[in-house]
Amino acid sequence: MNALYAGVFKRDLSLAFRQKGELLQPLMFLLIVVCLFPIGVGPGPEILQRISPGVIWIAAILSGLLGMERLFKDDFNDGTLEQLILSGLPLSGIALSKVFTHWLVSFLPIICLSPVLAMFLHMSLPMYQALIITLLLGTPLLSLIGAIATALTVSLHRGSLLVSLLLLPVFIPLLIFATSAVESAAMQLSYGPQVAIISAMTCLALASAPFAISYALKVSQH
Amino acid sequence: MWKWLHPYAKTEKVYALCSRLQPWFAISAIALLITGSVWGLLYAPADYQQGDSFRIIYFHVPAAMLSMSTYVAMAIAALVGIVWQWRTAFMAMVAMAPVGAVMTFIALFTGAAWGKPMWGAWWVWDARLTSELILLFLYCGVIALYNAFDDKQQAGKAAGVMALVGVVNVPIIHFSVEWWNTLHQGATITKFDKPSMATEMLWPLLINIVGFVCFIAWVTTLRLKNEILKREGARPWMTSIVRRGSGNSHAV
Repeated sequence: MNALYAGVFKRDLSLAFRQKGELLQPLMFLLIVVCLFPIGVGPGPEILQRISPGVIWIAAILSGLLGMERLFKDDFNDGTLEQLILSGLPLSGIALSKVFTHWLVSFLPIICLSPVLAMFLHMSLPMYQALIITLLLGTPLLSLIGAIATALTVSLHRGSLLVSLLLLPVFIPLLIFATSAVESAAMQLSYGPQVAIISAMTCLALASAPFAISYALKVSQH
Repeated sequence: MWKWLHPYAKTEKVYALCSRLQPWFAISAIALLITGSVWGLLYAPADYQQGDSFRIIYFHVPAAMLSMSTYVAMAIAALVGIVWQWRTAFMAMVAMAPVGAVMTFIALFTGAAWGKPMWGAWWVWDARLTSELILLFLYCGVIALYNAFDDKQQAGKAAGVMALVGVVNVPIIHFSVEWWNTLHQGATITKFDKPSMATEMLWPLLINIVGFVCFIAWVTTLRLKNEILKREGARPWMTSIVRRGSGNSHAV
């Protein structure tokens, strides 16, 4: 059983690393979006520091959405998804493995890139620490919830814009708590409560999203 | 109770039920809305602080309350549909979605019109306004997802999942924006033992709330019948109704 899951995981990972362009494009997008803000708003360090948590988080959400389509689309088109559903493995487990792969290839690089972004936007060290913590705890939520909407729209021909329309309102609470944690850190206040709420939301999604994803995949496969 | 509920998984029974309930909802909605609005707009005393402009409360509060309730009703319908595989539940969900979206829009629009004289701005990024706006986006998402599918059975299931994701999120959004920022006044009539409103102002509001409920129920039954007509148009029971000439006269 574990070997089968490992097979699914390895396959997804090697597929992702064979399309290096698709792996890098969301990262470039993120970098360029963040660069647009100093140009658009003006290069004053105070303003940039003030808007930095929101800018980085919004850029991370948008670039995460760009890679979201990849999650199930190819597998759906070439019939792999059907085989996975028929394989006898619990579909929720497969969904969780796919979501984890998605997080590894689209959000982990963002977290690795975040020191550069923090430097661009003149973040202070406590702000940067809070940013890393919120990114580590919050981005799995993006992958999990995003996978539900992606699974629902996988059978549609032009679903990518629809996925954004469905998901962006749902991500608002995460954005609020994450940016407020970083702002608290900027004012030398404790940001424990915000981090606790983000973790609670991620745990809730971790417990329930795999089932929603597997139901959605079955509906799409219909 | 299950014996009583089960027949309503059939479109035929639901259609008959809607036809039976619809005139009652229509009559009570019209009567209550006229009474409540005329009383509220013309005869209720003016507010000592806000003057006559407070009267928009008679539309703003019912619409805002029921935009939330309609979303919850929609999510319950979605849950029933997913758990017990009722097609009619998904149809009811789809029938409610645009009604709720319009209620949300009315709440936002009247709120903006009320905010301009009171706060001096059409829009502020306040907790309630923001969560209401997000609610509108959630409604739009459900409607857009439903319309994106050609197969309406599949569309109902997909939109149902999205409605459920949204309903989990509604309380989170509500509290997150509340902690984030707040300017909107507190709830007027949640504490039922001692409302923070004079009785002669409160009665028209309560009447209008019930009127809005009946209005939403009326439009929903209409839309549900319409949905059934569209989806089941070729069924024998439907053609016999159409041939008799009754039933389809009300369908929009």
